[in-house]
Amino acid sequence: MATAEARWLHLADRISARRLTDIFYRLRAFGILAALAVLVVVTSAIQPRFLSGNELNIILGNTNILALLALGEAAVVISRNVDLSVGSTLGLAAFASGSMFGHLHGVPTVLAIVIVFIVGIGVGTACGIVNGALTTLGRVPSLVVTLATLYVFRGIDILIIGGGQVVASSLPNGFFEISLKSVYDVPYLALVVAAVVAVAAFYLRSYRSGRDLYAIGSNPEAARLVGIPIERRVFGAFVVSGALAGVAGVLWASKYGTLDSTAGSGYELTVIAAVVIGGVAIFGGSGSVVGAAVGALLLNTILGALYVVGVSPFWTQAISGMMILLAITLDRLVSLQLTASLRRKRSAHAA
Amino acid sequence: MTEAPSPVLSLAHASKRFGAVHALDDVSIELRAGEVHGLVGENGAGKSTLVKILAGVHPPDDGVIRVEGREVVLNGPGDARDAGIAIIYQEPILFPDLTVEENIFIGRQPLGPGHRIDRRAMRAHVDELFTRLGVRLDPARIARGLSIAEQQIVEIAKALSLRAKVIVMDEPTAALSAIEVDRLFRVVESLRGGGTAVLFISHRLEEIFGLCRHVTVLRDGRWVLSRPVHGLSSDDLVRAMVGRELVERDATQQTVGDDVLRVERLTREGFFTDVSFTLAAGEIVALAGLVGSGRSEVARAIFGIDRYDAGSVTLNGRRLRRASPTAAMAAGIGLVPEDRRQQGLVMEMSIARNVSLASLRRLQRFGFLVGSAERRFAADWAVRLQLKYGSLANPATSLSGGNQQKVVLAKWLARRPKVLIVDEPTRGIDVGTKAEVHRLLDELAEQGIAVLMISSELPEVLRVADRILVMREGKLVAEFAHAAASEEAIVAAATGQLQGVAA
Repeated sequence: MATAEARWLHLADRISARRLTDIFYRLRAFGILAALAVLVVVTSAIQPRFLSGNELNIILGNTNILALLALGEAAVVISRNVDLSVGSTLGLAAFASGSMFGHLHGVPTVLAIVIVFIVGIGVGTACGIVNGALTTLGRVPSLVVTLATLYVFRGIDILIIGGGQVVASSLPNGFFEISLKSVYDVPYLALVVAAVVAVAAFYLRSYRSGRDLYAIGSNPEAARLVGIPIERRVFGAFVVSGALAGVAGVLWASKYGTLDSTAGSGYELTVIAAVVIGGVAIFGGSGSVVGAAVGALLLNTILGALYVVGVSPFWTQAISGMMILLAITLDRLVSLQLTASLRRKRSAHAA
Repeated sequence: MTEAPSPVLSLAHASKRFGAVHALDDVSIELRAGEVHGLVGENGAGKSTLVKILAGVHPPDDGVIRVEGREVVLNGPGDARDAGIAIIYQEPILFPDLTVEENIFIGRQPLGPGHRIDRRAMRAHVDELFTRLGVRLDPARIARGLSIAEQQIVEIAKALSLRAKVIVMDEPTAALSAIEVDRLFRVVESLRGGGTAVLFISHRLEEIFGLCRHVTVLRDGRWVLSRPVHGLSSDDLVRAMVGRELVERDATQQTVGDDVLRVERLTREGFFTDVSFTLAAGEIVALAGLVGSGRSEVARAIFGIDRYDAGSVTLNGRRLRRASPTAAMAAGIGLVPEDRRQQGLVMEMSIARNVSLASLRRLQRFGFLVGSAERRFAADWAVRLQLKYGSLANPATSLSGGNQQKVVLAKWLARRPKVLIVDEPTRGIDVGTKAEVHRLLDELAEQGIAVLMISSELPEVLRVADRILVMREGKLVAEFAHAAASEEAIVAAATGQLQGVAA
């Protein structure tokens, strides 16, 4: 152990600071992929059925919603904010879209679905606007704002639905197929979500407004000094997060069909878990949406693995918690190591 | 002096009041292209206010700012930037998670087709900036972990990319080592050569003489003089700044007592290796070396903030538990840290609270802190250290840098320590208060306290220390007695040009 560490230190001293930080971020991305690989190998060794296309289909199908939410949440967290209301927003949008079909009798299914998506996105966007406005105009910490709207949105949901529910039989078959259609066991939807994640990653990397989010999260005071429109960017991140939660709500309705006022309740913490496991720094400034999406995939793969191996699903939460601890510990260790190496390099350079 | 070109920037009859305090009173200054203009004055003389006016942070109450003859109104940092004024702060404010190049171009990255960021153009631009400045810095590394000197370079490159006509440097050298100061000087020279007007603020007069053509002196918010440096002596400047003569005390060889602190083979991997020395009662020992040579880390390890991997620290024959500041304090060690705002003081707390913070046990009765005792205690120390303050109930933020340092000193002296470690005791402190801090350290030594001083300022080291230890890359490389030490010898040892050890 000691010699391995010495070798690593020795190695670290020989590479440039840039390579070192590069390696750090690769390691971070690599770590989560490695965890995923280990999980798949171990599980399939115990239960070969895990490698079947059917399992893949189920896991990917379950990941879609979480990945979309994690994508929006990642944008918010990168800007040193947090959106705790995504679960409630999802619930509201799911109910709105589900009950919408009741008012669309006689409308062609395709058109009805389009309208439902517009309604869901509209509801989510409205929630995002509320969060963004309270955070930026009201200058209230987003943790408090979205904690409040978590209850408010859920409350609205409950007021509208009461004890009732939307039943699956009121929804057209075409609506369910959105979540069911697959090519070679890969759900269509998973491909769409992957494309959305790719576009978001490209945007955050290659556009000024995307880089601004990182700058704001990295040092808000400096961001203000260099004239970055902090309010507008943070507002935008919340609106995107809300809109994606709206889409996720529609997909939720399409996946489960039957909806009551608890849909998506408590889901926000799973979303944040995925984001953190995916390597997004909880205090902003670094991380990627791809990481967050992979984090979502990892969480669902664990679930799938437990199911296949026959472990009680009661373990899921404990294991999710352990994953978060592990992700944070690894991150911390590697970044300490990195800081120390950069410091050594600096003193060597100065001499 | 031939016909002077018209000034790039002129500030005419500027005044600024904060409440009843006249921070700046009818001050005028003119900066010309291709010229480095020095600005000196004690803390509280109004330099910072002047910088903030030029930065657009505080609009002046009276007075006019002109850039290239046109009057400008600066109502925010953005206005100053648009007017072509860039400020380099003592401690730059960067984005630690972004790369060096992004730090320079954030918010105004060169764009390619479809408004995408053109990374190749950005890199080319950065390379060109660094070449012009004559520095080597990896544009693709993240800013976290950059030294203060490197951070300043990033800020200067940013100023250059903004085509700033005026660059204001607010005490840029305060936290730099000698070599880094050299490099900064070369950068400033290249800026000057490129036609930029530079306003250079420093407490180190030798830097003013080495770099500037003109110098302006402020005192108590008022303009004292603006003059070509040529023909001025350092005494002239000091007289203009303080309005009185300064008497500097030389380190007189104190009667040195027994060894109090013994540090043996102290090692912390990656920071310092095999450091051994002793410290006697009544002795001031300086730990010199470049920033990053491990000086502060040794001090932190002795005091128990950081864990060391090998070696021992012995105080009066008793070995200290490692990594325990509580044990170090109980044994009689005090630490006045380098960063007094972050580590030495609780800035929002009152002056009295800060002074008594390390002596609460003595001020309590039946487990409760007695407010009147605390105030009396603090007032007593304020008199002893000649603290200049409004009210002891005011927060520590209300004090000037030098007086903040006195509060930190008072806090530790109140515990009657046997060993006092002071890290950069006069960083960012004006000439007058600096002399007072030096006198104070001398007095402490006379009372038998062993003082370990870390300092980047060689004149200070030479003046105050009885013995000088030099560190380089984590190792003790030389030791000089007061009489045998010279600036050249210390620099040579600190930079590795000298192999032998003059004991």
